Amino acid sequence: MRKRKGLLRFLPLSAILLLLAGCGEERLSALDPKGPQAQWIFDNMVLSLYVMALVVIVVFTLFFIAVVKFRKKPGDNELPKQVEGSKALEITWTVIPIILLIILAVPTIQGTYYFAEGPPEAAGESGTEGEDGAAPETDAIVIDVTGHQYWWQFDYQEGFTAGNEVHIPVGEKVWFNLTASDVMHSFWVPALGGKLDTVPGVESMMWLQADEPGVYKGKCAELCGPSHALMDFKVIVQEPDEYAAWVEEMSAEEQPPEENTVVADGRKVFEDQGCIGCHAVGGQGSAQGPTLTNFADREYIAGVIDYNNENLEAWIRDPQSFKQGNNMQPYPNMSDEDMEALIEYLNTLSAEE
Amino acid sequence: MATATMTAKKEKSVLWDWLTTVDHKKLAILYLVAGTLFFVKAGVMALFIRIQLMIPENDFMTGQVFNELITMHGTIMLFLAVTPLIFGFMNFAIPLQIGARDVAFPFINALGFWIFFFGGLLLSVSWFFGGAPDAGWTAYVPLSTREFAGSGMDFYALGLQVSGFGTLISAINFIVTIINMRAPGMTMMRMPLFCWTGLVTSILIVFAFTPLAAGLALLMLDRIFSGQFFLPDMGGNAILWAHIFWIFGHPEVYILVLPAFGIISEVVPAFSHKRLFGYTAMVFATIVIAFLSFMVWVHHMFTIGIGPITNSVFALATMTIAVPTGIKIFNWLFTMWGGKLVFNTAMLCAASFVPTFVLGGITGVMLSMAPVDYLYHDTYFVVAHFHYIIVGGIVFGLLAGLYYWYPKMFGHKLNETLGKIMFWSLYIGFHLTFFIQHILGLIGMQRRVYTYLGGQGFDMMNLVSSIGSFVMGAAIVVLVINIVYSAYTSERITVRDPWDARTLEWSTPTPIPEYNFAQTPQVRSLDPWFYEKVHGDGTMKPAEPMGDIHMPNGSILPFMIGLGLFIWGFGMIMLNMDNPIIPPAIVIGVGFVITFGMMVLHSKEDHGYHIPVDEVKKIEKGVG
Repeated sequence: MRKRKGLLRFLPLSAILLLLAGCGEERLSALDPKGPQAQWIFDNMVLSLYVMALVVIVVFTLFFIAVVKFRKKPGDNELPKQVEGSKALEITWTVIPIILLIILAVPTIQGTYYFAEGPPEAAGESGTEGEDGAAPETDAIVIDVTGHQYWWQFDYQEGFTAGNEVHIPVGEKVWFNLTASDVMHSFWVPALGGKLDTVPGVESMMWLQADEPGVYKGKCAELCGPSHALMDFKVIVQEPDEYAAWVEEMSAEEQPPEENTVVADGRKVFEDQGCIGCHAVGGQGSAQGPTLTNFADREYIAGVIDYNNENLEAWIRDPQSFKQGNNMQPYPNMSDEDMEALIEYLNTLSAEE
Repeated sequence: MATATMTAKKEKSVLWDWLTTVDHKKLAILYLVAGTLFFVKAGVMALFIRIQLMIPENDFMTGQVFNELITMHGTIMLFLAVTPLIFGFMNFAIPLQIGARDVAFPFINALGFWIFFFGGLLLSVSWFFGGAPDAGWTAYVPLSTREFAGSGMDFYALGLQVSGFGTLISAINFIVTIINMRAPGMTMMRMPLFCWTGLVTSILIVFAFTPLAAGLALLMLDRIFSGQFFLPDMGGNAILWAHIFWIFGHPEVYILVLPAFGIISEVVPAFSHKRLFGYTAMVFATIVIAFLSFMVWVHHMFTIGIGPITNSVFALATMTIAVPTGIKIFNWLFTMWGGKLVFNTAMLCAASFVPTFVLGGITGVMLSMAPVDYLYHDTYFVVAHFHYIIVGGIVFGLLAGLYYWYPKMFGHKLNETLGKIMFWSLYIGFHLTFFIQHILGLIGMQRRVYTYLGGQGFDMMNLVSSIGSFVMGAAIVVLVINIVYSAYTSERITVRDPWDARTLEWSTPTPIPEYNFAQTPQVRSLDPWFYEKVHGDGTMKPAEPMGDIHMPNGSILPFMIGLGLFIWGFGMIMLNMDNPIIPPAIVIGVGFVITFGMMVLHSKEDHGYHIPVDEVKKIEKGVG
């Protein structure tokens, strides 16, 4: 089936779409799909465009002929023939749309089930549910995603947590188990696949697969408050060995900084000021705010601000000015020394070699 | 006695006359004026939204203000602008088209208007008391609960509750009117299509606004009295609200669009000089669309995570709506086919509706494919889609109706040159604004974002879209200028039928006497007025002898009941205000006393008055 659809890509409408794909950014635009789910969506969108193009051509042709041909000429006061209707025509434009819709209905149902596939059960085990209602054992990667105002929490099976950036291996289906802690959000990586809402009190499962390594943009697609627009995240797709190394690094015990260094002072500030009360590092601390274990690897602070020391300081002093309504406490009066040490410390938090 | 009442009426001041009127033609104008004011207000909000989104990372407004604007834009446009505009045309045209002297319950008609109006006012004053509602017009919980949203959402819940009462009782009134008040010979299958769509829309309102009222009541209980229907932490369910809202919300789309279909089905035959093609199929399609509209609400929730079975079933149900809608499109096309088309502004709006609506329709079918909708959902693709339906469909339909019925309502036509300038700038501005938004959605711009980072490929398209919205704004300014300009310069119309049209409203004299028809007409065919012009002597045959005409008295009670509900609703909202100056209980009490007190006063029988036959003859001579 996929092959037949593949042919559609060479027809003119698809060419227009590919041209449009140039308008969007790579690894963000859904017109430049980078995984099987996104490809399926793209192909079926093209299919529906072809079917709908038929309708548009027929209607527009009839419309423009009617508008041009049947205008009233000046001085022509004769009454046109009063036609009541036509059974044959009525049946035609009832039956043909039904056929067109059936063409679209078949892949619709196939796709609905394709996207709803759950993770395969582990070989040899009978998929017993854990006592705490956990998902059945599986070899596949399942990542628990929790949407918060306005950041994303990613809990891995290996027991560590990542914030705002989720790493996955290339060429493999990864399942996301979605929920939210406060209001509804929606988890969306346009270049990889469809979206699914994260609803407080509800868990829903979806899968994504990326066929190319790289950094993909993800967005929150459900209105969730004043900073809804700024609730971006990144999907970092890595080669399997790189991914494995990253998982290992993230799971490792935290290395305390060498004593009597600026970094050690920074760590002390991190504890004294209560940062650790919300932001965990290396498995220590709570998850009220994004985990900072690999903070220094991030491209953006809080998902949207360019990562540099000035912006980091400005963010810590007044987070509201960047993301209205977010839950981080401001630290406007922190001394410059403490701030410098803290930033120095944060810059060492990396899970990359 | 009757004459005495007549003279007493004449002495009333203009203001008092409009506040107390129960005449459907005057209430129609009140609806149109109120609807237009709300329309302009929400339109200005749309311009602010587009200014904010014109360039990336704009700081014209904060995310909070933006959310308040999008919520109010959507809520006002749907509940307080388009709904009353549609009711305005229904009020004006339906009694005339079925040959009735008024609606079945003129008092209820006025009551519906004033309750709607005060509900809208209650929603609008939210700006002055801690900010407007900010959780989107869908008010999804938990974002709309006390914990996450300010007092704006209280105004949303109470304001819509009150205005919903008004809409509901007006709808019941129209159902009774259309079933019971038709002139002799006006069978159901001879009714103009606008009456049919008005009837079906009214039925939809009765079935759709009741779940909305229930849902809003639950939301109000959650917000004001710590009910826990929707709070997940308390065992409530967040998805439940989405279901309740969309069980109302999807039919709401058809509540608005069906009367627009009706207007198109009046204007296209009138200016094609040809009867509506496939009348029976059109009626049938209308009913089928209405029925299906209650079967498809989950397509607004495909991505909320309720499983592949539900999604598949609702995807198929959604697709089937395309069939009756397609039937309508082709019937309009074939009404024009073989006709003698006259392109004035009304016809331009009506004819251009057809291809525009098809574009909105095909994206609708695309959206119905559930798995592909995982991409479109909550992006600018959806924003583009529903604006093609609501602006391209409903607004153009309403404008067609305005230019078409204007001479009958106000005694003069709107200026055609200004009309055509308005049409073309609106049409071009509309496509400029919204077509490109389809692509914005596909390249990754989600909806309801107050800003976007540069360098994602969104910048140029958003700029184009904003420019388009300014062109649309200019078109509306031209319309307003046209209304004022025409009022002073247009030639007065004295003939009954300035368009050479087909239906019964054009058989009445211009201006229409308050009793509409001196003698109830005898209807002999579909398009009765056209039939008499071609097969008869060009006048309607009377179905009754000339006699005294029984008319209802005006009353200030509807206005007072609406005011009472406004005060009551405001008192309810005050329960949660930090430091209300007056104890809320007193305000609630005053509201109750006014509302129910007025109902008690109304229970006194009022038999109305009679216009004596001599007086009728005199008036008829004057206008004939």
